[in-house]
Amino acid sequence: MAMLVITDLHVSVDDNPILKGISLTVNPGEVHAIMGPNGSGKSTLAQVIAGHPAYEVTAGSIRFEGEDLLEMEPEERAHAGVFLAFQYPVEIPGITNAYFLRAGYNEIRKARGEPELDPMDFLDLLEEKLALVNWGPEIMQRAVNHGFSGGEKKRNEILQMAVLEPRLAVLDETDSGLDIDALRTVADGVNALRRPDRAMVVVTHYQRLLTYVVPDRVHVLADGRIVRSGGKELALELEEKGYEWLTGVAEAVA
Amino acid sequence: MIETYRAAFEAQGGDAAPAWLTPLRRAGMDRFARAGFPGARDEEWRFTPLAPVTRSAFTPAGPPARAVSRRLLDRLTFGHPEWPSLVFVNGRFAPEVSTLPALPEGTVMSSLAQALATRPELVEPHLGRHAGPDATPFTALNAAFIQDGAFLHVPAGTVLEQPLLLTFVTTEETGGRMTHPRNLVVVGDGARVALVESYYGLDDGSAYLTNAVTEVVLGAGAWAEHTRIQREGGAASHIAFTHVQQAGESHYRSFTLGLGALLSRHNLHTRFEAPETEALLYGLSIAHGEQVMDNHTSIEHRQPACRSWEVYKAILDDRARGVFNGKVYVTPEAQQTDAKQTNRTLLLSEQARVDTKPQLEIFADDVKCTHGATVGYLDELPLFYARSRGVPAGRAKRLLTYAFAAEVMAEVAVDAVREELDQVVRARLGVGEG
Repeated sequence: MAMLVITDLHVSVDDNPILKGISLTVNPGEVHAIMGPNGSGKSTLAQVIAGHPAYEVTAGSIRFEGEDLLEMEPEERAHAGVFLAFQYPVEIPGITNAYFLRAGYNEIRKARGEPELDPMDFLDLLEEKLALVNWGPEIMQRAVNHGFSGGEKKRNEILQMAVLEPRLAVLDETDSGLDIDALRTVADGVNALRRPDRAMVVVTHYQRLLTYVVPDRVHVLADGRIVRSGGKELALELEEKGYEWLTGVAEAVA
Repeated sequence: MIETYRAAFEAQGGDAAPAWLTPLRRAGMDRFARAGFPGARDEEWRFTPLAPVTRSAFTPAGPPARAVSRRLLDRLTFGHPEWPSLVFVNGRFAPEVSTLPALPEGTVMSSLAQALATRPELVEPHLGRHAGPDATPFTALNAAFIQDGAFLHVPAGTVLEQPLLLTFVTTEETGGRMTHPRNLVVVGDGARVALVESYYGLDDGSAYLTNAVTEVVLGAGAWAEHTRIQREGGAASHIAFTHVQQAGESHYRSFTLGLGALLSRHNLHTRFEAPETEALLYGLSIAHGEQVMDNHTSIEHRQPACRSWEVYKAILDDRARGVFNGKVYVTPEAQQTDAKQTNRTLLLSEQARVDTKPQLEIFADDVKCTHGATVGYLDELPLFYARSRGVPAGRAKRLLTYAFAAEVMAEVAVDAVREELDQVVRARLGVGEG
């Protein structure tokens, strides 16, 4: 069965239509890249999958493992196995990274009828996950994303993904603002989390992340519609020719 | 009404207090009799609904109906029963539940009544000289009823390693009763001390009044960390006035936590008497139901190159009301003043409200003074972020409310106190263990 089925999705923000009929099917184990110029609606698609309250779905449907995702609250989507790595991870001064992540982890366990982990057992679990992003335990005692560099924030998203072990991970411009070393760290983390029963939707403006995280399918979004879909070679073609080739608007891809 | 207070004043028993105290008490009574309680037209009090205090007269609290248990008091010692502690029950020193270990030579920690009887020469130069009867009608009323409270004298150069606990408990069945704790803390040149001043009510049903005045006098280069915790009973009124007098290069840091009482008002005034002096003032109020919590602060920059840093926060739920007024006064000679004031209020309900007023009066030209006040509800984005990680909406709101509090709680100077207060605040906000 397909994991994610998006059918003719229309989405507005403040009555402005942003997505104008998106259809997309993602199977378990697949990595799909969503590319497109600024303002094409890529991030909107990512946020709508996670349930951001500011976006209004005016038509169409999203089904996740057969369930109507649009009927679910954001936390219910997380419990079901949906994860969004934020383009701009939110700073929460006053709560430690450890507390925040354990709260989410245990809520997901609780929703699934599994026993919660106490702080000590959770630390053991963290140790193994921290290694994925080359971090020591100190980062967990800092406030959530507070005072983190851009790269640290993105790494923190990947860490959260590693701990929460979603079925479907949506990565919203996780590569933006990273230098090459940070990009490698993030990409290695993502690759380590690829599994036959896990799907990923990678939203990106640039091709460079896809050098490291090789997608099964690439979709190009322009003005709220998918204008071209193809295999991984489509990303390379875009890098060469620019978005203008498909969208009529000049914008660099690489 | 005034007659009831005067009758109580006249009926105060003769005690061993020195003769010079009598005119101070009488000045307090006379001043209060002339002024009465502040009215709605009084600018300093216009946002503070004083009805719980003014609608009927209070009479002095008597001894408790039954002794206060050690076990209860142990909960107020932050896990350190060995720390020096003065406990007052219904306004009177309770030596049987206080802890008075040996302190460094020359240090005096005792009840004010005892200090007045045995060491009046340490008290007279300061008592009523800093927070005089003229300051407010409530300081006048307090002066009229000066009987007991905490007294601390730390000689120059003495560093007290352990925090000192000053705890004021009001027991059950104290409706209509009042206490007037009077505290004097004198820290000598270069001396260092950490104080925890707590007010605790055992009964949420008793409409009693606590009217406290605390004078803190810091010598040159002295260092004081002052934590103030207000956990009065839910029907109580708590009015308090703290005045801090700071000599040069002294450092004063306070954290004021308000949780209890139906009506509370705390005035915190600090005055810099010489250059290079510093005050850091932090505050957190958490109110719900019909609670009113009012914080008035005033910082007098009277000398050059002094620094003040102030962060007060409030969390208001239900129909609670908050008031904040932050005065920063910079005289013409106070050049190179560095003053920053921040007041942030988080509203958890549409019926909650706050009146906030930064008040900067600056008469010097070479200064750095900033202030900012924000009032708002929880932000949508962090809520969505937490929910997207699986945390249900209700818990996410509590978590972010706690985060708002925790940011300023981090400023509590003493670790064990901070950890204990963190538990108290978590419990109040419905957030589990860290």
